[in-house]
Amino acid sequence: MSAVEVPRSEQAFLEYVQAGGQVEATDRLPDEYRAKLVKFIEMHGNSELMGVLPEREWILRAPTLQRKLALTAKVQDEVGHAQLIYRVVEDLGKPRERCLEDLVSGKAKFHNVFHYPTKTWGDVGVIAWLVDAAAIISQKALLKCSYAPYARIMKKICWEESFHILHGRDVILAMVTGTAEQFELVQEALGRWWGPLMQFHGNPIPREDDPMFQWRIKSQGNEEARQQFLEGYVPQIRELGLEVPDPKLRRRDDGTWEYSEPDWDELRTVVTGHGPRTADRLAFRARFLEQERWVRDLVLAA
Amino acid sequence: MIFEVFRQDRRGAAFEHAGSVVAPDAEFAEAWTREQYGRRGESVALWLVPRDAVHVVDDWTDEFDLKYRRVDGYSIKARLKEARERAADRTR
Repeated sequence: MSAVEVPRSEQAFLEYVQAGGQVEATDRLPDEYRAKLVKFIEMHGNSELMGVLPEREWILRAPTLQRKLALTAKVQDEVGHAQLIYRVVEDLGKPRERCLEDLVSGKAKFHNVFHYPTKTWGDVGVIAWLVDAAAIISQKALLKCSYAPYARIMKKICWEESFHILHGRDVILAMVTGTAEQFELVQEALGRWWGPLMQFHGNPIPREDDPMFQWRIKSQGNEEARQQFLEGYVPQIRELGLEVPDPKLRRRDDGTWEYSEPDWDELRTVVTGHGPRTADRLAFRARFLEQERWVRDLVLAA
Repeated sequence: MIFEVFRQDRRGAAFEHAGSVVAPDAEFAEAWTREQYGRRGESVALWLVPRDAVHVVDDWTDEFDLKYRRVDGYSIKARLKEARERAADRTR
């Protein structure tokens, strides 16, 4: 059987990935493609690593031992995802140490939802259920990524994320079936998170104009992902008697969801490092990076 | 050192490449990989292979035109048609 040759010219390479072709770390990759991969995958790794901090704040305050253990396990999963993802970035040429330096110096980005405070246990439930639901929609689309080593680790990541959604939904269900105060905590948290959730998948540029889609790093457009989120989760939110805080939210007869324009200025401000908790969380990460340096030195020196 | 990780879902299944870990030696790599790929009992066995030990073969030239070994080396459509026609002629 003759092997499929990965094309050498950039144009032919584009056509190859656009026809569903996948490549490996050892293939010759166009510089532009490699640069886009590093940027995209590194941001994903950063988001996993920073994404545990809002939840970590609640490990000591979790309402029961079972919740504390489950939350700790979720944090371990997410840090594990960051480790897998940084390995893929390293094989593309950027060492993990430099990714971490760029993260704590504020040069590299991470997802908007991890720049916000977790005010109550209701926020923890909304994050684990709905933020993870939004994330898994993006991540499932990465199972078809043109860069095969990334697509492969996504299998494990998606599998673990499905536990997190269930855990989050269970937290929410416990609260909405509890006291009126507990129900109110969830409703308030939903109110705080709805804006960032609607910004999460990014501005609705046509997928053909999105370089990450052109190279088939992503296999769907931003708006497709948001529509999938609304279609899947708005009914689940409403059936619990919770109110989605958007008066314009409506499902058209053709199945498309209409909604109020998300605040794109807020998204830009937050992801460029000016979110409500950005500075605190980066300082926290920087402190631990320094504190644990001796472990890395010891292990990697051997 | 980079170790490539292969995991087995259940007894008898093929080992599938799952990712890689960086560790100073196999003992450390084992501890880490057990945690990363086995903490929910999702693997029955793991293979840790130093990346340098993997001998890659990925160039497949077909200098001798070995298509008689493959399904696409046999195009029977035209001959089958002819054979059927002859059979029909014979019974006529």
